[in-house]
Amino acid sequence: MTSHVLLIEDEPNIAEAIRFLLSREGCRVSTLHDGIGAAEAVRAERPDLVILDLMLPGCSGLDVVEAIRAHPETGTTPVMMLTAKGQGRDREAAERAGVTLFMTKPFSNAEMLASVRSLVGK
Amino acid sequence: MPFNLLVLSCLAYVAFLFLVAFLAERRAAMGRVGWLRSPLIYTLSLSIYCTAWTFYGAVGYAARSGLEFLTIYLGPTLVFVGWWLLLRKLVRIGRQQRVTSIADLISSRFGKSNLLGIVVTLLAVVAATPYIALQLQSVTLSFAVFASETPEGWALPDRDATAIWVAAGLALFTILFGTRNLDANEQHHGVVLAIAVEAVVKLVALLAVGIFVVWGLAGGPADMFARIEASPLRDWSLEPGRWTGLIMVSAAAVICLPRMFQVMVVEGGDERHLARASWAFPLYLLLMSLFIVPIAVIGLERMPEGANPDMFVLTLPLAEGQGTLAMLAFLGGFSSATSMVIVESIALATMVSNHVVMPIWLKLRPKAALTGDVRRIVILSRRLAIIAVLTLGYLYYRMSGGSAALAAIGLIAFVGMAQVMPVLVGGLFWRGATKAGAAAGLVTGFVVWAYTLYLPSFGPDAALSAAVFAEGPAGIGWLRPQALFGVEGMDPLLHALLWSVALNTFAFCLFSVLTFPGPVERMQGAAFVNVFDAEAAGPKGWARGWAEPEALLMMTQRILGDEAALALFAAEARAQGKDGFLPEPTPDFVAGLERRLAGSVGAATAHAMISQLVGRATVSVDDLMAVANETAQIMEYSAQLEAQREELTRTAQQLRAANEKLTQLSVQKDAFLSQISHELRTPMTSIRAFSEILTEGDLPPEMVANYGRIIHEEAIRLTRLLDDLLDLSVLENGSVQLNVGLANLQQLIDRALAAASHTRPERSFLILRDLPAENLFVRTDPDRLVQVFINLISNARKYCDAAAPELRIVVRQRAGRVSVDFIDNGSGIPKQSQRIIFEKFARLTDQTRAGGAGLGLAICREVMANLGGGIDYLPGQGGAAFRVTLPLRLEQKAA
Repeated sequence: MTSHVLLIEDEPNIAEAIRFLLSREGCRVSTLHDGIGAAEAVRAERPDLVILDLMLPGCSGLDVVEAIRAHPETGTTPVMMLTAKGQGRDREAAERAGVTLFMTKPFSNAEMLASVRSLVGK
Repeated sequence: MPFNLLVLSCLAYVAFLFLVAFLAERRAAMGRVGWLRSPLIYTLSLSIYCTAWTFYGAVGYAARSGLEFLTIYLGPTLVFVGWWLLLRKLVRIGRQQRVTSIADLISSRFGKSNLLGIVVTLLAVVAATPYIALQLQSVTLSFAVFASETPEGWALPDRDATAIWVAAGLALFTILFGTRNLDANEQHHGVVLAIAVEAVVKLVALLAVGIFVVWGLAGGPADMFARIEASPLRDWSLEPGRWTGLIMVSAAAVICLPRMFQVMVVEGGDERHLARASWAFPLYLLLMSLFIVPIAVIGLERMPEGANPDMFVLTLPLAEGQGTLAMLAFLGGFSSATSMVIVESIALATMVSNHVVMPIWLKLRPKAALTGDVRRIVILSRRLAIIAVLTLGYLYYRMSGGSAALAAIGLIAFVGMAQVMPVLVGGLFWRGATKAGAAAGLVTGFVVWAYTLYLPSFGPDAALSAAVFAEGPAGIGWLRPQALFGVEGMDPLLHALLWSVALNTFAFCLFSVLTFPGPVERMQGAAFVNVFDAEAAGPKGWARGWAEPEALLMMTQRILGDEAALALFAAEARAQGKDGFLPEPTPDFVAGLERRLAGSVGAATAHAMISQLVGRATVSVDDLMAVANETAQIMEYSAQLEAQREELTRTAQQLRAANEKLTQLSVQKDAFLSQISHELRTPMTSIRAFSEILTEGDLPPEMVANYGRIIHEEAIRLTRLLDDLLDLSVLENGSVQLNVGLANLQQLIDRALAAASHTRPERSFLILRDLPAENLFVRTDPDRLVQVFINLISNARKYCDAAAPELRIVVRQRAGRVSVDFIDNGSGIPKQSQRIIFEKFARLTDQTRAGGAGLGLAICREVMANLGGGIDYLPGQGGAAFRVTLPLRLEQKAA
């Protein structure tokens, strides 16, 4: 079965790279460019994994994680958070908010793909 | 008219006045003061300024010197209209301090000094003597006029004998009027009403004579004017020096003359009444002076050569056979003389008894305040003083020969009393004025006046020998009484006025500056000068004293009388919640009692008497100094504490501010680093991901090209960011190298527009410019300025959200500075964001699509700061609007 990944990333080039890599792995990737309505999209699409940027226009990625975790249907959906702000403070805040895995930009493609695989249980 | 009839009518008139006074006293005693104290009565009582001198003498003055007599009216008019503030202050102080006379006022102001009281009393008595002589003379003269006109050829007794009778009659009259009882407030309702009646009589009499002269003797006003034109009066020229001097003297006199002070301040002066009097009294003076010139002119025309012009008011009606009118005129003159003498001698007697007799008596019999009958002593001393004053007046009349013109005598008295003026004005307005200064000024003025004007007035070889006049005392030329310090050829009156007042003022100021006021002086000075500031805050001189209430009561009974004293003490006891007549002698009560007693015996005497009772516990100078020192020390100590506390607070505040700033800086630095990290990592992420993809190979060529382009784009973005950061760092450090040169602003804007056109080139953007305004040369770094312009234009192109975007560029030049506004027609920047747009990384939309890391405006701000200008957001322009300002000529700092 093909995994469904919802990618929420405002940098178009980064979104394109991730989309390309995951598609090549056989994942179905849908992309959002901001955090507004992201939680609703997760509820509607029920993806196997959410990849989320920390800094999004309009709202913070942390808010999106909390909204996802707050809803019973999506409460267990794994969330991988990407961020260019790699400070320890941000990682702690992300873990408190319920992020499954925290990854700092820039990342190696192999590392990213390995994490995705581990999260979708492939 | 028979002489007996004349005397009889005088006696009848006096009896009538006495009845009026008696009824008024009785009414006042019953507590129904009512109209007895009204503005009308007050104004009429002020008219004792117009004495027999004014009544008879003004006509003589006009006949001799033309219009100069007017100065005597102009001075008071100016005072009442113009020096209203001074009068109000005087009246307020008089009421607050219960002042009994001008001597008391001066004494009270300068620390209740009895010395000053004596000096002013002496000055007043000496100055008043010629003035009283003048009244005697005019009444005697008027009797003589009637006597010589009697058809029966009734022979007038010896003139001097007449004068004696007149003086004795006036003394009796005054004693009866003025010293029947010793009032608490030294107010004489009866006397005041009587002189108000006399004021009406003299006004009516003078107006009647005037009307008779103008319409009866001359043919109405028109004819009158023609006669004035034809008279010798018109030949009298005005002497500006004498006019100025006389106006000043009469202005001072209306305040300082003892009788004027008596009616204006002591006799229940009221500020509201004063307001009315400020126009009503000048009006009275105007009416009194209205017919002076006509009477003088007609008198000169009709009366035989050598007739005394001082008596025209009387002799004109007599010569024309108008017996009744002459009688009225006589009563008018009589009224003028009697009212003046009565009030003047009451005022002088009060001064003499309060400042001379009482202090001596208290010195001789220290226990007298308790045992002696103070009231009896006071009344007796006043009666004797009245007799003495009139005796002196009579003696002066005899010595001066009774021949000098009336006006000249009056002016001598005026100049004498004017000596009080510098000290009075200084005391009311200058806290630095001291007792020593006042004494020096008064004595100096007194001596100079006596030497240059008073003693010479007796005539050569009377008081001063003719040799002294001609060669000076002991042949010292510059001490000649009428040419002091070699100033010759001056009018003797002006000469005396100038020297006495000038030396007086000089001595007063000099000694005031050189000496320090004592404690009581300080308190009284503050109470006088600041009388309007704190009505209730009188000096609390008795704060440390304690007196036996019974002794206080006994003393008060001696002065105020049993009933009044008991009533006063009972009221105070009731107010304190006690039964009986003995209240607690609180400082307030004792101070109030002192003021009350001062109303009867003067401030200095009252102070001395209470001091005796309060004994050692009284305010001695040492006590006061101790209190003052203590207070000063405490104040200094608390001031030091306060200063320390303030300093600590200030330091804490500074520390807090510094700490806040450091924290803020640290937070800013963290945020900045975090921002830089984010901005660097983002393009890196793309570059790394795509470069890894590309290295793996087996990609279609178009994808290779596409991903290669992305890598290139992101690399450029990275470079630009690094450039911006470096730029900002250089600009912020101020270590930027500027290439300053002359450039045409229009060309710079052209360059910026061309460069910025690459931003969103797909949009058609309307640029509105004013080319002629732009066409100016600025001395600046052109590239840096263009950098700012590009930034602003690019921002407009990026963020302007209007359907048909426009950018207006407005150039203005003013005062060596140029402003360039960039205004677009979008929705602008929200108010709360306007503050932060110039901060680093303040990217409002946070959209990478817009490009840039949010450093643009921060760089612009730094650039403009380096160019000696600035950049601001202009709110309320419709769209986003930025104003760039820069100097027309950038002055480069020396490297």
